[in-house]
Amino acid sequence: MADISFLMLIFFLMVTTMDKEEGLSRRLPPIPTEEQKVEDQKVNRRNIIQVKINSNDRLFAGNELMDVSQLKDKIKEFLTNPNDDPNLPEREMKPIEGFGEYPVSKGVISLQNDRGTTYSKYIEVQNELIRAVNEIRDEFSMINYGKKYAKLDEDRQEIVRKCIPQNISEAEPKDVKKR
Amino acid sequence: MAKFIKSDKGGIPGISTASLPDIVFMILMFFMVSTSMRQTDRKVLVSMPAASEIAKLERKDLASYIYIGQPTMQYQSQYGTDSRIQLNDAFRTIDDIRDFIASERENLSEADRPFMTVSIKADKDTRMGIITDVKQELRRCSALKIMYGARKGGEVHK
Repeated sequence: MADISFLMLIFFLMVTTMDKEEGLSRRLPPIPTEEQKVEDQKVNRRNIIQVKINSNDRLFAGNELMDVSQLKDKIKEFLTNPNDDPNLPEREMKPIEGFGEYPVSKGVISLQNDRGTTYSKYIEVQNELIRAVNEIRDEFSMINYGKKYAKLDEDRQEIVRKCIPQNISEAEPKDVKKR
Repeated sequence: MAKFIKSDKGGIPGISTASLPDIVFMILMFFMVSTSMRQTDRKVLVSMPAASEIAKLERKDLASYIYIGQPTMQYQSQYGTDSRIQLNDAFRTIDDIRDFIASERENLSEADRPFMTVSIKADKDTRMGIITDVKQELRRCSALKIMYGARKGGEVHK
């Protein structure tokens, strides 16, 4: 009995692929209809930050050449706008269910890439953007609930998500010219 | 070690192996349950990029996979070394994604369909052009929930 079980055990051990399904979860925007296209352009300029990666994997954020390591802080500053800078996104008081009023940032990160950008760079940049948002969420949860975002219960995570939305738009494909 | 060689009268009885089959069975059951046999042959080389902010896929059964990468050695003479798309177990083109998504969607129950996730597993040296095309095609098929496959790790920028 034990021998047969052992045999099967070894078989399953060999066959098992502990392929962990992990990655960066994203939601693609639906294909815009004609009317929406016009509406899109009305987004205030201060509320949008362009993050571009060109075909040489060089990164531009807000028309400024920068290294990936600087990106996170740039995005954090953009989304939190601590000094009420008129060039950074406005914050709108919004009632959040179960929390009260909170000034939600209207900032949108627009990520654009070239056809020649490598996938690894793209993921690296996406990762930094998500990290920036996650850090702001952590700080928010720390202040309000004394816990990190990941340790909060479902309802509170929902509140935090509403207060600090993750607005990363993967723009319509457009070729970023080499500079 | 001295406390183990304490020479009590009668000595220490040997460990009973009567429970061994039970234990083996338990481990066997664990592996049987957790095994996900790879249904598809990988025909492209995929070495996923690393990322630190990764999330786990909640429902593996709702995922469809799109592999993008260089064909493996044995197919290189036939398909070249340019990045190709693999759906199920054959090389496909962008135009086949629509049918692929439709059939994958068909396989899911009505209730699960909105939660279908397309997992894009692309090699880290792939150019974004092909991935952008795939993304656009997915948008057209309204398969909007996607996941960029990545593995844990990677340098963290301070």
